[in-house]
Amino acid sequence: MDFFESVQTSWQMIVRNKMRSLLTMLGIIIGVAAVMIVLSVGESVQALIMNEIKSVGTNLIGVLPGYAEENGPPASAMGIVITTLKYEDGEAIINSNNSHIEALSMYVKGSDVITVEDKNISASFYGTTASYIDVENAEIEKGRFFTKDEEIGNARVVVLGGKIAEDLFPDQDPLGKKIKIKKTNFTIIGVFKKKGGGLMQTQDNDMYVPIKTAQNILLGINHLSFIRAKVDKIENIDSAMEDIKIILRDRHKVDTPSEDDFNVRSTQQAITSISSITDALKFFLAAIAAISLIVGGFGIMNIMLATVQERTKEIGLRKAVGAKNSSIVFQFLIEAMTITFISGVIGIIVGSLLLFLIAQVVIAYGLSWSFIISPSSIFLGCLVSISIGLIFGIVPARRASLLDPIEALRYE
Amino acid sequence: MLISIKNLKKDFVNEDVVTPVLKGVTFDINKGEFVSIMGPSGSGKSTLMHILSFMDKPTGGVYEFEGDDVSKLDDDQLAEMRSKKVGFIFQSFNLLNRSTVLENVMLPLSYTNIPVEERSVKAKKLLDQVGLSHRLNYSPNKLSGGEKQRVAIARALINDPEVIFADEPTGNLDSKSGAQVMKILQGLNDEGHTIILVTHEKSTAEHAERMIKIKDGSIIEDCKVSCRQRAEDDLAK
Repeated sequence: MDFFESVQTSWQMIVRNKMRSLLTMLGIIIGVAAVMIVLSVGESVQALIMNEIKSVGTNLIGVLPGYAEENGPPASAMGIVITTLKYEDGEAIINSNNSHIEALSMYVKGSDVITVEDKNISASFYGTTASYIDVENAEIEKGRFFTKDEEIGNARVVVLGGKIAEDLFPDQDPLGKKIKIKKTNFTIIGVFKKKGGGLMQTQDNDMYVPIKTAQNILLGINHLSFIRAKVDKIENIDSAMEDIKIILRDRHKVDTPSEDDFNVRSTQQAITSISSITDALKFFLAAIAAISLIVGGFGIMNIMLATVQERTKEIGLRKAVGAKNSSIVFQFLIEAMTITFISGVIGIIVGSLLLFLIAQVVIAYGLSWSFIISPSSIFLGCLVSISIGLIFGIVPARRASLLDPIEALRYE
Repeated sequence: MLISIKNLKKDFVNEDVVTPVLKGVTFDINKGEFVSIMGPSGSGKSTLMHILSFMDKPTGGVYEFEGDDVSKLDDDQLAEMRSKKVGFIFQSFNLLNRSTVLENVMLPLSYTNIPVEERSVKAKKLLDQVGLSHRLNYSPNKLSGGEKQRVAIARALINDPEVIFADEPTGNLDSKSGAQVMKILQGLNDEGHTIILVTHEKSTAEHAERMIKIKDGSIIEDCKVSCRQRAEDDLAK
């Protein structure tokens, strides 16, 4: 019995019992599609986050207030307000003699409901430094960003994100217009170019005011939310990070690293930790989806056992005309694997269609989603489905091969 | 000598109860003979055929095929012997309905190294010989009983067997089709094929030139038609 004959026989079996075959195959189809969707969506989400990070720049160092384990989440991410980081810390870093730090920006964050004419839009505002533009590679569409003098002079000027500018002033030029933030009038001096896409902060929906203005007038605080430093080359990130730590420890009078009241991390680190988290999540979900494959496998085993029973007489005949036990095992294994392979292919097609739909929906929501079907997930889908046929086909195939030809021929 | 069995025994064991089915059977069959094994049901004739056709193993005694002792072959070796040395014709035809007539005839070659192209050439030739070349792509369930058995005969011949075993080949056929099948078997014997026919019908058994009568696991008579004729003539006198 050669390979193609066995494949042909199993195809005949599938076609002859269409309903039964479909129900049997459903478990594998769903399983393969589910695993594929989970893996691909995981990859798309990962790509989305990575693009986000890369659009900000991979040569950035972030300084956050409060202690954090390496690669662990910073305390400020949990919503805890820590006031240890100050404007002067940022000044000290930029004025240090580390030549690799090209630029440094500082941030505080707040939010308010902005009212223009009859429109109310709730928006976040950032107080930042004039160097923001260099650090974040931001592009101005109209007007200008604020200057160092405005930064330290409590100037009441604001630069709007591309989208919020459109929302607030759909038909007018926002430049020179005034808006009220926390009951204070601000003059709009610039609008950012729209970046689009993006899952996290996007700049498009935010407003930017000079940091001192935000600290003194809007928020009444003197600490920072975070600092970002731009390093000239990726290779120099580690040494720049060390320098920043030394400066801050000196200023904060910290003797041992375990007593740090700040933490310094790089985008590279963020990429690594985010990929490790998304990877773990991806494989955890894929493992759950894979349970369906195991359930499907038992369905295949069940149907193959029924097939062996139904075809007892045929097995007897085949043995009578010279089939060895191994030929019978081979035949039924190929049949099981053909069924699971076809199921796998259908699963891949179904999964791809669903992924396409998911991509359409997500893109409709305005995120820059990439429709990824990785060749590895197709390959994996085929491999896994064939393996399931092999694993769950063994018992029925062996049972078939051990039938006594005389008994089998007499079977009615 | 094609087949030589000496004191062949077969016991069936069922929950410690040993039932002897063949109690020491001895005979030889030469190449080109047409032998019928005849006996009532339960006589052991089917068991004897199963052992001779390598479907079963004897419990005792010696079975030599073409001079080689084959009584102790393992399952794979027996399958090999079935594949190369014997052809089967069954009472219930045992054709696969989902395959075509042609595919059914080619089936035994699936377990040989014969190339696929040669298989169909050979099968078509045999189907032509049994007068079914116009039914190549039919499903067997569209055929009459006689046609089915002719397909089965073609299938039995496809691997050029040394011996053809026919187990009640006319049992499921009307008398006309039965006669046709027996005529084909006779023709095959005339061409030199060794045929062993198992039946409980005297009229069918009489087509053979030699009849081995078996009862309760022992041979009670083994003679050529000529001797049987003489015995009947004596009786008539």
